[in-house]
Amino acid sequence: MRARSPAVRKGINLLALTGSAAAAFIGLAFLVWIIAEVFYRGIGAINWDFFTQLPAPPGEEGGGLANAMLGTVIITAIATVLGVLLGVLAGTYLGEFRHTRIADVVRFLSNIFVSAPSIVIGIFVYAILVVPLGNFSGLAGAVSLAIIMLPVITRTTEEMLRLVPTGLRESALALGAPYWHMVWHVVYRSARTGMLTGIILAVARVSGETAPLLFTALNSPYWPTGLLEPMANLTVTIFNYAMSPYEDWQTKAWGGSLIIAVIVLLMNIGTRTMVHRMGRSKSGEGH
Amino acid sequence: MDNSGQAGNASQWRDALFKISTLGSAIFILGLLAFMVLVLVIYAWPSITKFGFKFLVSTEWNPVVGEFGALTTIVGTLVSAALAIMIAVPLAIGVAFFLTELAPLPLRPVFGTAIELLAAVPSIIYGMWGLFTLAPLMGDYVEPWLEEHFGFIPLFSGPPMGIGMLTAGIVLAIMILPFISSVLRDVFKMTPQVLKESAYGLGATTSEVLWHVVIPYGRRGAVGGIFLGLGRALGETMAVTFVIGNAHELSWSLFSPANTIASTLANEFTEASDDLYLSALVELGLVLFLITFVVLGVAEWWLQKSAPKGKGA
Amino acid sequence: MFLPPEIPVKVKVRNLNFYYGKMQALFDNNLDIAENHVTAFIGPSGCGKSTHIRTYNRMYSLYPDHRAEGEVILDGKNVLDDDVDLIDLRTRVGMVFQKPTPFPMSVYDNVAYGIRLKAKFSKKELDARVEKALKDAALWDEVKDHLNALGTDLSGGQQQRLCIARAIAVEPEVILMDEPCSALDPVATYKIEDLIRRLKQRFTIVIVTHNMQQAARISDYTAFFYMGRTVEFGATDILFTKPEKKETEDYITGRFG
Repeated sequence: MRARSPAVRKGINLLALTGSAAAAFIGLAFLVWIIAEVFYRGIGAINWDFFTQLPAPPGEEGGGLANAMLGTVIITAIATVLGVLLGVLAGTYLGEFRHTRIADVVRFLSNIFVSAPSIVIGIFVYAILVVPLGNFSGLAGAVSLAIIMLPVITRTTEEMLRLVPTGLRESALALGAPYWHMVWHVVYRSARTGMLTGIILAVARVSGETAPLLFTALNSPYWPTGLLEPMANLTVTIFNYAMSPYEDWQTKAWGGSLIIAVIVLLMNIGTRTMVHRMGRSKSGEGH
Repeated sequence: MDNSGQAGNASQWRDALFKISTLGSAIFILGLLAFMVLVLVIYAWPSITKFGFKFLVSTEWNPVVGEFGALTTIVGTLVSAALAIMIAVPLAIGVAFFLTELAPLPLRPVFGTAIELLAAVPSIIYGMWGLFTLAPLMGDYVEPWLEEHFGFIPLFSGPPMGIGMLTAGIVLAIMILPFISSVLRDVFKMTPQVLKESAYGLGATTSEVLWHVVIPYGRRGAVGGIFLGLGRALGETMAVTFVIGNAHELSWSLFSPANTIASTLANEFTEASDDLYLSALVELGLVLFLITFVVLGVAEWWLQKSAPKGKGA
Repeated sequence: MFLPPEIPVKVKVRNLNFYYGKMQALFDNNLDIAENHVTAFIGPSGCGKSTHIRTYNRMYSLYPDHRAEGEVILDGKNVLDDDVDLIDLRTRVGMVFQKPTPFPMSVYDNVAYGIRLKAKFSKKELDARVEKALKDAALWDEVKDHLNALGTDLSGGQQQRLCIARAIAVEPEVILMDEPCSALDPVATYKIEDLIRRLKQRFTIVIVTHNMQQAARISDYTAFFYMGRTVEFGATDILFTKPEKKETEDYITGRFG
């Protein structure tokens, strides 16, 4: 073996460490830059009208995005109900009957499904809901977001159920509890913080989705009036406004981005403190 | 307690309901995936039968005469994702190493949390930033500079427009950077302290420990994480659509406007005026779905293969 | 292997074999469990004693590749038969586990969990049953002022007594205890041993332990398990002083295990 001088090795080391620190600095700087830019440009759009008024006609100043915010809340809420219901049930199957062949297949596919391109899900929902109903609709938007949530919630539910000790399950069954009763009263109760965290993170993720809404909910300049009509929503509005030639609309797109970013970040930070607090109370209990 | 027999029956009935509803939901996921592929194939069928294999290799995309070929969008999808990975992975290794070994101890969780939060920022925000902030900078400074110094390479020649393949690749890279960084950080953290200490004990430098111990130890997890990042980059719509320029052209220059499958869908789907056009777009979606499915499937298979061992090389 | 005819038998085990998938863990186990007595199972770890008691309440049925053959006859009925109602069986055969397993709910709800499963009781009756179970488990004085505190907030020894209270609250006929003291300190262990001695007036108790002194202190009968077989079974004082088999003697004199 060829001997290498310590000086050379130290030099290489210094170079590598500097490179790593520089990479970290560049990476973090870009990310800070983006967030700062969203705040800086978006804050100018935020005022009372922004939250209470309908959009102004193209080219005119003023107005707000109240209808889009309401639409996003409606679409996300329906998506959450559908996605949570099916996702928790499917995740329960994977967690409680984990050794079956079906569980293995579903686990593998839902892990892939989690990262499937959301725009393709938009096309799928366009084909199964928009075409048959003859109309873009808030409902179709909600269904496409629910499909995106479904594998996310399935996975986190399974992971959380796996953390519940087997002894707890066996203890409940040993008292003569039926399986469903044990899962409902003991397993879910033990896993609830984790499951809730997973659900909130999934909601945070879909509330910023744009692509699947482009061909499903579409967009609208009016207040939402029914689930079977095109529904205004924040993300598609941001897309349309950003691409428009009107400066006032572009400012509003930044304002919308700020709202979405703040909500998503708050949901993430909220779950973190929740988990943190749970961890602390766990470690504090007992002996 | 006389009703124990009845209670038993009700319980059995509920147990059956519990099993059926959970199993049914699990199977629903399978069915949904299968149904999705089926629906996409049905909608794409006119285009599949009309163009056949030529669809994948033709660069012609002309809705007016009804000629559709996917090559420019497939190339655009692959090139933008490849650019993103080439830029993001070295940065992510730096960030992850910084977070696990270099950053001052009290700051590590803060930086770690910041990175994870950034991974949650919706992609449309990266797109906005790309369009309004990065693209002008690229057009005014970065691309002219690249052309001046590296213009002899075809990749860096041509008119600097700001909007185009290079900008899209950079925006994608920044978008997937937090995700890949946090995966790599978790992987680096898994290296047992004993292993690192024994390497240091032999007189290895910090970078040698990274190169010879930490990276080989976490190799499988790291590769899996990078593949997941690649999957995201391939299927990403909003971060790309804002900045890629949406032109159905193949060009050697990274400065020219281009297209990806996802950006084409976002721009043209609601405007598709006839059935063949729509069908060709759905076929594009199907192609994207299959590409990402393969990439993510490989990643998942790789991760599951490496998961149970946990002992490394 | 069997008890003298004058002693009432609660559980008869005959030719019990057990398999984890293809691996056989129990080989032709034969035993009698005396009613209202304490029977201890001793043996080196991995000898099958835990596997054995998990057949009495069919806990293994939870896992698809676990399989038992032979007979475990509880009051004349083989509990391994397919037609046995597991819920009914498990209300008759309770179990306490190695690590305390309080449910993530209040002390009161922990104890009431099993009672509520059995039938609907008035609030007053439920209160009375919870109090009685906690008193029987010698925990009442320590928790009576905070019945609404989380069960998981108790100390380890209290948690285990809570689990015993939870098990006896449904008034089972047999209580299985799978190394109930192995996670506890000596003081907590002493309290639980004391409790077991008192509970045998009302329950048939089977306890698995890796601690021979514990078996000698609290049990009336002892079975020695070795490599999945019931090597020796008999009255505790005789088994510990005059063992018949060489393996038993080696084990209790500390020559292996």
